[in-house]
Amino acid sequence: MRLEAKSLGWAAGSRRIVEDVSLEVAPGETLGLIGPNGSGKSTLLRLLAGLLTRRTGTVLLEGAPLTTLSRRDIAQKIAVVEQIAETSEALLVRDVVELGRTPWLSALAPFGAQDRAIVAQALEAVGMAQMAGHSWATLSGGERQRVQIARALAQRPRILILDEPTNHLDIHHQLSLLRLVANLPVTVVMALHDLNQAMGCDRLAVMDGGRMVACGPPDEVLSTARLASIFRVQATRLRDPADNATVFRFLCHEV
Amino acid sequence: MSDLAVPRVLRRTHGLWIAQGAAILLLAVLAGVVIGETPLPLSTVAAVFANRVWDAGLIVDPIDVGIIWSYRLPRTLLAAACGAGLALSGVVLQALVRNALADPYLLGVSAGAGAGAVAVTILGVGGGLLGISGGAFVGATLAFGVVAALARAAGGGSAQLVLAGIAGSQLFNALTSFLIAKSANAEQARGIMFWLLGNLSGVRWPDVVLAAPVTPVGFLICLWFARAMDAFSFGVSSAASLGIAVRRVQIMLIGAVTLMTATMVSLVGSIGFVGLVIPHAMRFVVGPRHARLVPASALAGAVFLIVADIASRMLIPGQVVPIGVVTALVGAPGFALILVRNRRRP
Ligand SMILES: Nc1ncnc2c1ncn2[C@@H]1O[C@H](COP(=O)(O)OP(=O)(O)O)[C@@H](O)[C@H]1O
Ligand SMILES: [Mg+2]
Repeated sequence: MRLEAKSLGWAAGSRRIVEDVSLEVAPGETLGLIGPNGSGKSTLLRLLAGLLTRRTGTVLLEGAPLTTLSRRDIAQKIAVVEQIAETSEALLVRDVVELGRTPWLSALAPFGAQDRAIVAQALEAVGMAQMAGHSWATLSGGERQRVQIARALAQRPRILILDEPTNHLDIHHQLSLLRLVANLPVTVVMALHDLNQAMGCDRLAVMDGGRMVACGPPDEVLSTARLASIFRVQATRLRDPADNATVFRFLCHEV
Repeated sequence: MSDLAVPRVLRRTHGLWIAQGAAILLLAVLAGVVIGETPLPLSTVAAVFANRVWDAGLIVDPIDVGIIWSYRLPRTLLAAACGAGLALSGVVLQALVRNALADPYLLGVSAGAGAGAVAVTILGVGGGLLGISGGAFVGATLAFGVVAALARAAGGGSAQLVLAGIAGSQLFNALTSFLIAKSANAEQARGIMFWLLGNLSGVRWPDVVLAAPVTPVGFLICLWFARAMDAFSFGVSSAASLGIAVRRVQIMLIGAVTLMTATMVSLVGSIGFVGLVIPHAMRFVVGPRHARLVPASALAGAVFLIVADIASRMLIPGQVVPIGVVTALVGAPGFALILVRNRRRP
């Protein structure tokens, strides 16, 4: 499903957090969002999901402005995993994933066998099936992250918006998550910290000070000059002899 | 167990739960009618009902009829409506505000009701048009308006609502005390204090007729939005991303809570701890999902307040203890127990 942003902006008081961002994500594409801390990645993702009020500009979902769609319509198409998810309720893992079915249920269409199957499949996909009966409160950070991703999968969205989904995950689960996401037949927009992982995206958008300063194929976007100016690191491109892939090594010269 | 068999089984257990709930409620109401300073046998109760409902023409002592039909039954029914309404209000507020300490009086509703009632009794506001209940209702809604406006002006978060509720409650409580200190005589002051602590003694049928529709309507609204309340578990933004029309759901649910609480407080004064303790206790029994928590809390609230009312009549012979005192005496230790048993694993 096609997602478009036209001169999107958001301000907190007089401070502009995101300014004049326009981008287009093609159906099935994986767009990575990178940029230093506080550059506006999370805010941009929330804008794309229609979760912030007082925004300027428009977001188009398959050509239709988000503002013309109901929250339920949007939630059937876009699933979001935010950076932080906290609850004081004593929910089980299964309860949390079942929340993902919310946009598809109503008083007349209660939770049924099909929903149960979708939830089980989502738990399976992130390797949490055997922990379905555990209490959410007892999970580790990485396990919580995977449960939230299962919840998003259970939403059966056409677009996945993920804010640093590999945070807290061990290296095995980082890579398996990225592979899972890449293999899904959905459009993905995700903020990433690890620039080597970002190389796996179809395209990368770079945020700096609330503006999008570059957008294109990873190889072009991650030039050593840009890495120096925006991320303030000196980068060396290396080639992995195993598969000829590009790998970065970073050095920081500032104290 | 095949997947296809599950919904049928679920539906059958639904029916079972509803039947059990109705039976428990009925038993509690019966207890409320039978137990009292003059214990009345079930046969007398049955005869009074037969006469009232089917015109059976059985011979019963008119004093017993008066006790059962005009005194105990209305106050028991109102206790049930009130307990269920307060417990539901607690469930809703704890879900929306995401604060374990949220209870119906948090929004300043009780304080406003008190101020309204006092304004009517002492100052004669409303020129006799508003009774003490009417004044309380107006005060309660007004206070909630002030609290909601203040919370909005402060940024509209749940923490802001809690703080605004505290500020609003303090303001209206101070107003009440000021009015009492300034113009009430000792007799009036005592009466108002008694009313504020919660009191079902004066309850008659017209009060029941007024309150009876409010709780079922509130209950249905809560049940309708049970899934939406689940979706608030991870916060407002997460609820929105799960397809909940946050503003609409908040307005409907808070509206239902204000209506229920304001009605109950205006009829019986403020009865603390029901809205706080019952939902927490029920979470412990049926879990945090609202499809179960809502009916369980409504039932437990109704039964709890019926029992509390019986206790308030029986504790001191010849005298009625304010029911708010009874609920607090049971509720505070109950709450402490829940806190300790539910404590977070480190
Ligand atoms: N609601 C808000 N009010 C004020 N400032 C905010 C708000 N949300 C985000 N910011 C600020 O906007 C900047 C960008 O935040 P964010 O989008 O979370 O950045 P990133 O995800 O790229 O680290 C940060 O400096 C943050 O402090
Ligand atoms: Mg961020």
